[in-house]
Amino acid sequence: MLRYTVRRLGQLVIVTLVLSLLLFAWLRALPGGPVSALLGERATERSRAELVEQLGLNQPLYVQYWRFLGRAVTGDFGVSTGVQPGTPALEVFLQRMPATIELSVLALTIAVLVGIPLGYVAGRRQGGWLDNLSITWSLLGVAVPVFFLAFLLKYVFAIELGLLPASGRQEAGTNATHATGFYVLDGLLTREWDAAWNALLHLLLPAAALSTIPFAVIFRITRASVLDVLEEDYVRTARAKGLGAAVIRTRHVLRNAMLPVVTTVGLQTGALLSGAVLTEQVFNIAGIGQALSLGFQRQDYAVLQVVIMATAMVYVLVNLVVDLAYAVIDPRLRTR
Amino acid sequence: MALLEVRDLAVRFVRRGEPTVAAVDGVSFDVPAGRTVGLVGESGCGKSVTSLAVMGLLPRDGTEVSGSVVLDGTELLGLSRREWDRRRGSEMSMVFQDPLTSLNPVVPLGIQVSEVMERHRGMSRRVATREAESLLDRVGIPDPRRRLREYSHQLSGGMRQRALIAMALACRPRLLIADEPTTALDVTIQAQILSLLRELVAETGTALVLITHDLGVVAGMCDEVNVLYAGRIVECADRHALFAAPRHPYTAGLLESVPRLDTPRGQRLAPIAGSVEDNIPWSVGCAFSPRCASALPVCSERSPAVETVGPGRLLRCHNPLDTDVGNTESSHD
Repeated sequence: MLRYTVRRLGQLVIVTLVLSLLLFAWLRALPGGPVSALLGERATERSRAELVEQLGLNQPLYVQYWRFLGRAVTGDFGVSTGVQPGTPALEVFLQRMPATIELSVLALTIAVLVGIPLGYVAGRRQGGWLDNLSITWSLLGVAVPVFFLAFLLKYVFAIELGLLPASGRQEAGTNATHATGFYVLDGLLTREWDAAWNALLHLLLPAAALSTIPFAVIFRITRASVLDVLEEDYVRTARAKGLGAAVIRTRHVLRNAMLPVVTTVGLQTGALLSGAVLTEQVFNIAGIGQALSLGFQRQDYAVLQVVIMATAMVYVLVNLVVDLAYAVIDPRLRTR
Repeated sequence: MALLEVRDLAVRFVRRGEPTVAAVDGVSFDVPAGRTVGLVGESGCGKSVTSLAVMGLLPRDGTEVSGSVVLDGTELLGLSRREWDRRRGSEMSMVFQDPLTSLNPVVPLGIQVSEVMERHRGMSRRVATREAESLLDRVGIPDPRRRLREYSHQLSGGMRQRALIAMALACRPRLLIADEPTTALDVTIQAQILSLLRELVAETGTALVLITHDLGVVAGMCDEVNVLYAGRIVECADRHALFAAPRHPYTAGLLESVPRLDTPRGQRLAPIAGSVEDNIPWSVGCAFSPRCASALPVCSERSPAVETVGPGRLLRCHNPLDTDVGNTESSHD
């Protein structure tokens, strides 16, 4: 198990290096650049040349990359030129990360808490009304674009009905201490219940929008997996032993049916992070999704590099954790 | 009154848009307490479906079960799920064909053995685990305490089947159904498992229904044999009588297709001609008649009825073999 973990961490290093190289070359192949983004169309040649010199953009690409790597090792990822000009890119990322994590975790929690029970029930009653309804719902969840759904939810629940806040992370002027940057958690830690509740209300609509695709995938995989497991001989054995429905459901069906679902949940972190770009835009949440879209608009190489690489590392790490968790559930992987 | 009385059991599979299939068609047999009764036939003859119907394990959707299954005076068909669950695992239990897939891969063996005792004998987890240890010991699993914590993939095929037998006998059932219990195992392990079953059944007085296609197993285990063909019992006899003088041509064919030590060298085995696909429906005539060497014109025109042809001996055939023509030599020289 330890060797496996070490090998996977080694893979993480390689993935990160290759990604950084590709990303570096790709960002610089895009038209424009931080200079024209910063100075605008009508800047003088001289001020342009000065900025190019200052940012080191006149160096050959491999020199720039080597310098980038050397600084990155020490935690210096350059300074933001467009998203929050003057702030170190890493700080921009760290400031915004909690918002995205909060949003993604809530979205994933919704997807898991609704998707797995519904998938189980739908699989148990294949072809029943609940099954058909959930399948339709999950198809809609995948088919409707996230940003459209986000707008729709915002329009109906925030603007028309006024039930939930339309944007931001917390009511301006809320008496709140932000110790960790996770606003809900902050509120709970400092016992500022109103602040926590307010932050949670702000999260509900974006999380609902963001959860649709992970929900749909988790629901479908759970359903298919339950259908498979119900056909297994060991479920028949359990029934032949006269075990109660609850024991059969939890010990014999769900436990086995969860194996493919666990892997799927890990893979959904990708969908969450890409969905966050759109959702954060619609609900004006200052997370890394928003930093990404701003970074592209304003050609902020430094911020884009940090955000994309950190996102990729999070994705690889989450899936490593998921694979390790898999071994905890499935004894067949433990002894190998 | 026998412990288990099956009367006119019929199982039909009903699928929307597909013709209804009669998997079991009017099967009747008795299993007296403490005796071993065989259900014999080739794949698809309905022997497994019969046992699943007796255990109430057929899927509720798409199957129609009719007739009567009486265990110890109680009619089982039509019982609620709860009532079935009270009896399954305690009064009646079952051992399945493939021990690997019949065990849950992610639940430790100890829990799989003890859960049945927690359920039916009201034991706590601790007491049931202790009991499970002695059960595993009794079915011949070495180092049972360690095995309790292990998972099915850590056991050998023979040990898995022993564990399943331990689960099935954990609550001392009055009836045990073993569906091809040795088919998935090595030949040497087969013999061990069979003698284990024989011992335990004798020790506990459990009645055993043994489902198999293997006449060698039948010869070593059964008191009485029911031969099934295409969902109906075609011959029922005491084991000695059946092996000495099979009356139904299908039974005789089954016996001839088994290799024996006393068969002369170089003599070929005689398989039964054709396959189950050649069957005609029982409603038309004898399902076996297209494959039958002694078929008469009447066989494909009228369905043969069950007749009593001796003490405890039933036969469903228009043209049965004579009692003295059943030995293999005459037809193959």
